Amino acid sequence: MTEAVADAAPAIRRPDLSEARLSRRYAAERRFRLWGQLAILAAVAMLGLLVFSIAVKAIPAFTQSYIALDIVFDGDKIDPAGTRERNTLRRADYDGLIKDALKAQFPDVSDRRERRALYGMISSGGGLQLADMVLEDNTVIGSSQRVWLTASDDIDSFIKGLIPRDVPEDERRVKDIEIGWVDTLEASGAVETRFNTPFFTSGDSREPELAGIWGAAVGSFFTLLVTLLISFPIGVLSAAYLEEFAPKNKLTDLIEVNINNLAAVPSIVFGLLGLAVFLNFFGLPRSAPLVGGMVLALMTLPTIIIASRAALKAVPPSIREAALGMGASKVQVLTHHVLPLAMPGILTGTIIGMAQALGETAPLLMIGMVAFIVDIPGGITDPATVLPVQIYIWADSPERAFVAKTSAAILVLLAFLVLMNALAVVMRKRFERRW
Amino acid sequence: MAAVEQLQSDAARDTKVRSRDVNVYYGEIHALKHVDLDIYANEVTSLIGPSGCGKSTYLRCLNRMNDVIDGCRVTGEIALDGDDIYDKSLDVVQLRARVGMVFQKPNPFPKSLFDNIAYGPRIHGLGTHKDELDEIVQSSLERAGLWNEVKDRLDKPGTGLSGGQQQRLCIARAIAVNPEVILMDEPCSALDPIATAKIEELIDELRTNFTIVIVTHSMQQAARVSQRTAFFHLGILVEVNETEQIFTNPSDERTQGYITGRFG
Amino acid sequence: MKVIPAMGHEHIVRSFDQELETINGSVLRMGGMAEAQLANAVDALSRRDPERANRVIASDARIDELEQSINETAVSLLARRQPMANDLRAIVAALKIASDIERIGDYAKNIAKRVQTLTQIPPVPPAHSVPHMANLAQVIIKEVLDAYVAQDAEKARRAWMRDAEVDEMYTSLFRELLTYMMEDPRAITPCTHLLFVAKNIERIGDHATNIAELIYYQVTGDRMEGGRPKGDDSSFQVVEQPDETKVEADESAVTEAGE
Repeated sequence: MTEAVADAAPAIRRPDLSEARLSRRYAAERRFRLWGQLAILAAVAMLGLLVFSIAVKAIPAFTQSYIALDIVFDGDKIDPAGTRERNTLRRADYDGLIKDALKAQFPDVSDRRERRALYGMISSGGGLQLADMVLEDNTVIGSSQRVWLTASDDIDSFIKGLIPRDVPEDERRVKDIEIGWVDTLEASGAVETRFNTPFFTSGDSREPELAGIWGAAVGSFFTLLVTLLISFPIGVLSAAYLEEFAPKNKLTDLIEVNINNLAAVPSIVFGLLGLAVFLNFFGLPRSAPLVGGMVLALMTLPTIIIASRAALKAVPPSIREAALGMGASKVQVLTHHVLPLAMPGILTGTIIGMAQALGETAPLLMIGMVAFIVDIPGGITDPATVLPVQIYIWADSPERAFVAKTSAAILVLLAFLVLMNALAVVMRKRFERRW
Repeated sequence: MAAVEQLQSDAARDTKVRSRDVNVYYGEIHALKHVDLDIYANEVTSLIGPSGCGKSTYLRCLNRMNDVIDGCRVTGEIALDGDDIYDKSLDVVQLRARVGMVFQKPNPFPKSLFDNIAYGPRIHGLGTHKDELDEIVQSSLERAGLWNEVKDRLDKPGTGLSGGQQQRLCIARAIAVNPEVILMDEPCSALDPIATAKIEELIDELRTNFTIVIVTHSMQQAARVSQRTAFFHLGILVEVNETEQIFTNPSDERTQGYITGRFG
Repeated sequence: MKVIPAMGHEHIVRSFDQELETINGSVLRMGGMAEAQLANAVDALSRRDPERANRVIASDARIDELEQSINETAVSLLARRQPMANDLRAIVAALKIASDIERIGDYAKNIAKRVQTLTQIPPVPPAHSVPHMANLAQVIIKEVLDAYVAQDAEKARRAWMRDAEVDEMYTSLFRELLTYMMEDPRAITPCTHLLFVAKNIERIGDHATNIAELIYYQVTGDRMEGGRPKGDDSSFQVVEQPDETKVEADESAVTEAGE
């Protein structure tokens, strides 16, 4: 009887609201949060360590030591004929003037080797600096001027304290005698350490103290410009066509799969393609931002297409319906409504693609952008290098001072990347609309 | 006596949209089967039926919004004032200028109120000068009963309005191009009762100038706003009649079962 | 009493069905009570039983209560369920049928009141014809209620047709009573009372036909077509007095059934 009753009305199972269950659940939640926080912490720590170590290494590159010398602009040596012709002035032996000044400063140095060491204290770019002074204003000829000249890399490192004095002499790149000269100069106030403006304004050089990032930055700018001009219109048009117009069939499926595959192709393959097609087949100039930009555009296209398609897909269909219902044609729907609404997403995707391209090295090595180029490029067909390649070149250079330069260049590159990503975020926030 | 009056009023009615043997296929699915339905001018015709019965599909045939859907095929004849709207020579864009549509969810463009209303007139070349557009915008908003509520913020985005206002904005946008027929696909399903009442009042006013076809899930709404009601079930037009007749004494079992809440 | 009218399937909202059943059940119970009231009142008449008549008078309040509860249920259904089509018709019909039944109950009560008077005076022979007429009215009420239970329009129509018989009986009873009164002035008092009783029964028949019409409307959605056969010719009855004086019997003299 009782069983029958139990069958008819089974006991209602209430949720288990016990304290133990509750605390177990809370504990699980706390654990999960803790693990998440630890993961974030680990990621931030790794990133921080990386940036910090680079930044510390980079610090010396942002300052440069200068040595003041009293240069006698001897008219007989610079321009014996007195014509003041620019060619003559340019070719004059300015290094000799520096050597004379050094000799005058330290008259008791007579040994040939010591003398070479003395001359080596001033950067090889010193002559050019004097030439520029003269070419700018030839009235300095015949006068004597106190000129601040760039110290050579080893002396610069020593002045900045990177080469300690207590190391045995034969293990030290700066010898005792040189230390003596520097001390003498320092005592007379002829040594100064200033912010390294030339690093941001000049091109590459074999001499670390003269090498600058500007050439690579300009090269990157031109390359990215080409990349943007090619990949943005092609990418957006492809995405818009695929998303809004193309019929859904095997062919478009194939295209879609291939675009996704393309995004995963190693970048060096694009470089090989560029080498084979753009350079060897079309005969475009080697090492030029034009070709670099074209190769990077190929690489960026899938990113832009995928991002643009996602952005177009995210536009609510109700907007399309509304416009179609009003009698807008398909192209009108696209240009009046869908594209403007998808633009923030498209731009974000594009900027992320550009940031990728900015950091890309491998494909550019293939098309010769790894060349040593001193001149700052003036256009998209001039030989140029780009920031990441510059970093690669400097990292490869034997001179100790290039270590700091490399880190500094990485910082500059990172700064550009952060800037571009920030721009993407700002754009997204700016144009974000609610519907 | 009443029957005689009925016959007389039938004779006086113009058929605005005439459908004969309309079939719609979504790929393999036969979504709408042999629908014969006349929609009379200056009347509100409501289409009711359970979800997936084909009422929205039929509505979307009337301005060829089904064209957008891949794999959708329409056969049979639908004539607007005697012109076959599925004729090859007929331009869809022009058809949609004659047959406007209001959707289930208010979907104003994320642009200013002014641009929302002016969009249709602009693309159809109704007004080129600013003052012409001004006039169209004002009169459309007035007819939609929205003018007094929004006249001071025409430059504000349409998405900033309340749901009911947005839907009236969509109606104003639709009537800005002076279509002959307005299709409404569950226009009140996302609105509160007061906003719904306002839209229903608006529909009743618009009837004098437009022919209105409305799909609704609310039978009370169909009963309130429409003169004629068509009941769809499983892709078939089961019954079409005067609204009063449908809701007091439907002739088909299925209609009765649906409107009294026995299936659906 | 559980009544499921022939309405096809059940509603998706089951409480709607329950409420409709409640209202239908109430209507039927009310109809049954009114039928019993009539039977008891006429029984009291034939048995000259004032006690029974008293009970009839007292019971009428229950019919009124039931009508009140039907009204409330119907209004609440209209407000809360927004009934459509046959549901709407069922509720409207229930409302109106309840008011018809309530009137039938009132007439039964009236009959009972007159029975109280009649038991105090000597009986007259026509008193035996009245129960016969009442029986017929009762049969019609029963048939109408059956039609309501079965939701059978045809049955309702047949019951509706039978009202003519009641009317005919009324006309003949009218003539009979007039004749008695003319023959023997002492019979005027009981005969007048009986006339009113007969009139009340005739009105009950009319209300029963109303109910039949409502059932027909509820089931089919249409009005019952065609004129109802009328058997009540009492309005045109003139009975010749044996002597010169003519008494004109007019409806006006006997119209008011009174409450």
